[in-house]
Amino acid sequence: MQRVQGLGRSGAAGSAAPPVPELPAVPPMTAPELREVYRLMSSVRRLDEAAVAWQRQGILPAYAPLLGQEAAQVGSAFAVDRERDFLFPTYREAGVARTLGVDMVEYMSTHRATWHGGLWDAAEHRLAPIQAVVAGSVLHAVGWAHGQRLAAASPGDPQDPVGGLGVAVAYLGDGASSQGDVHEAMNIAAVFAAPVVFFVQNNGWAISVPTERQVAGGSVAARGAGYGMPALRIDGNDAEAVVSATRRALAYARAGRGPVIVEAVTYRRGPHSTADDPGRYRTLDDERRDAGADPLERLRARLLGEGLANEAFVAECDAAAAAEAEAVREGVLALGPRPGAEMFDLVFAEPTEELLRQKAQWRKESEHG
Amino acid sequence: MAEMTFGKAINAGLRRALERDPKVVLMGEDIGRLGGVFRITDGLQKDFGPHRVIDTPLAESGIMGTAIGMAYRGYRPVVEIQFDGFVYPAFDQIVSQVAKLHYRTRGHVRVPLTIRVPFGGGIGSPEHHSESPEAYFAHTPGLRVVAVSNPQDAYSMIQQAIASDDPVVFFEPKRRYHDRGEVDEGIGLEGPGGLSMGAARVAVPGEDVTLVSYGPLLKTCLDAAVAASDEGVSVEVIDLRSLSPVDYPVVEESVRRTGRLVIAHEAARSGGLGAEVAASITERCFYHLEHAPVRVTGFDIPYPYSKIEHHHLPDLDRILDGVDRALGRPNSLSGLEEGE
Ligand SMILES: Cc1ncc(C[n+]2csc(CCOP(=O)(O)OP(=O)(O)O)c2C)c(N)n1
Ligand SMILES: [Mg+2]
Repeated sequence: MQRVQGLGRSGAAGSAAPPVPELPAVPPMTAPELREVYRLMSSVRRLDEAAVAWQRQGILPAYAPLLGQEAAQVGSAFAVDRERDFLFPTYREAGVARTLGVDMVEYMSTHRATWHGGLWDAAEHRLAPIQAVVAGSVLHAVGWAHGQRLAAASPGDPQDPVGGLGVAVAYLGDGASSQGDVHEAMNIAAVFAAPVVFFVQNNGWAISVPTERQVAGGSVAARGAGYGMPALRIDGNDAEAVVSATRRALAYARAGRGPVIVEAVTYRRGPHSTADDPGRYRTLDDERRDAGADPLERLRARLLGEGLANEAFVAECDAAAAAEAEAVREGVLALGPRPGAEMFDLVFAEPTEELLRQKAQWRKESEHG
Repeated sequence: MAEMTFGKAINAGLRRALERDPKVVLMGEDIGRLGGVFRITDGLQKDFGPHRVIDTPLAESGIMGTAIGMAYRGYRPVVEIQFDGFVYPAFDQIVSQVAKLHYRTRGHVRVPLTIRVPFGGGIGSPEHHSESPEAYFAHTPGLRVVAVSNPQDAYSMIQQAIASDDPVVFFEPKRRYHDRGEVDEGIGLEGPGGLSMGAARVAVPGEDVTLVSYGPLLKTCLDAAVAASDEGVSVEVIDLRSLSPVDYPVVEESVRRTGRLVIAHEAARSGGLGAEVAASITERCFYHLEHAPVRVTGFDIPYPYSKIEHHHLPDLDRILDGVDRALGRPNSLSGLEEGE
């Protein structure tokens, strides 16, 4: 038998995969930063609980609560550079939107069923619209990030990033990690060395299916090695751990070294959505056992315990959160339906003749209806 | 004026688009050094660099989703799908994401994306390489869908598709890639000829029957018009160019004169463009019709193996037969169809 000499471009069969690079270290968070994260998390907790109540009151047709994921959402969004990064949320990222300063009435318009995807200007707020297709926008983050590289490669581009690349952050869940698009996204990002952070909130559940029936090998971060991509698996209920991990990932991507996975292990404390009935697939005992410490209480205990904040600060955060939620409620109640003509006018940059005909027909019919 | 092949005309149009706008980038499988399996992007990576003409991993959904993200970032991506049958892995991204993004972001995000799809049969290809999937896309709100039938249109319309702020699915009849034709390179975005990708074109004027087609069958329809004129039948051939939206006023004006409509395409019949055109024209000018609209199409079958594909593809005889039926004349189907 002929001996196989050198396996050419595929490399020798016995050789190990190249080691995955290390992520840079970042300094610990300062006390003002920790207080700011706490303030944001209080606000998000209050809004999220309020939104569930609004659904029960008939104000919102549906809502997807993020209870228990405040540290993961606020921490990751807090770490980004709001001038140059760009984030791609799922349908459960109210905490991310709030941290980026999106108007939460405009955010809630989706749940109020007055506009798909939300009313905010994606480009202005650096936040893509709400994505209801599981894993639907993970690839978009890769494309945005690749565009960032192309811009850097063509001097004179008005958006040419100075002092490092803008980074795209793709939010996805443990369930989403089963989608083929997530593999395509991670592979393409790694091949192109695109500056993107895959921020996985592994909250234990995809509707009724637990992570162990979803993620082979038990960890999305573990896949990073296969793509030659650094990956961190962190306590997603520890706000500082989330901020630091995201900062490390962003620094690496910003330097043009390529994509990173951050898997924040957390817990979906509430139902999948206001239409869900978790009693059919998990017990209250399961929830008590699996949820771990509440991320908001954890941060509060730390701030108070280490003397980084006092009770007055906590009370002030609570009061501000309550006032904010009330203002959002009023705004949501005032959200009427959009002008019906928009159905036709926004399909294309310019409506087609056929759409104008159908619009005229709709007007006539609805006037006589 | 220059004589060039269909494929070369698209290549030249892509080159013009790359020159005109630095935000135009080409993406696809094997489009760089190889120049694409049909060589449509031949030489473009060499001249514009690997940042403008990007060889991607082999993942159609991945390419499409990545292109969407680049559109978010201000680029004007032109995606090449290697063969018609491989657009399906990208279908979800096209239908759920590309087509809806302008709408759901209230116009804040535009998707000036061009999706080039070599389509149709007739070149003896293996399975999945001869599909005509245009109706899926024409049925999807938010997409513009065009098909080109000759080198001049190919050269001009690819530039118009790329310049469009809406997503465009651009169908190229691969069996015509080697056909030659005159191309006026002055007719680009809006040339003196007034060529517009949205405007149907009367390719041959006529009086007795309106014959509507697009893409690969247009040439066959032109041949049919010549053959029919030998028998004293004057056929008006219309090239739709745009499959969504369809330029109905041009078709309607013709049918009001002729009273007879034949629509020909390679794609399967049921739910196809022919059904749509027949229904719309019937609604618009029912009392001008002298005969029910006639469809000459591929059968409702998976695309057959190439030894028998000529049975499936409408050819000159089947189109002439359709013209006869529209005229209420005896034809090869006489006796098969009720009332014929
Ligand atoms: C492609 C697709 N399939 C199915 C659904 C229905 N669905 C919505 S959310 C969901 C579970 C997603 O789980 P995960 O990714 O873990 O996110 P989480 O809901 O836990 O935040 C499913 C099955 C969908 N929206 N999109
Ligand atoms: Mg989950």
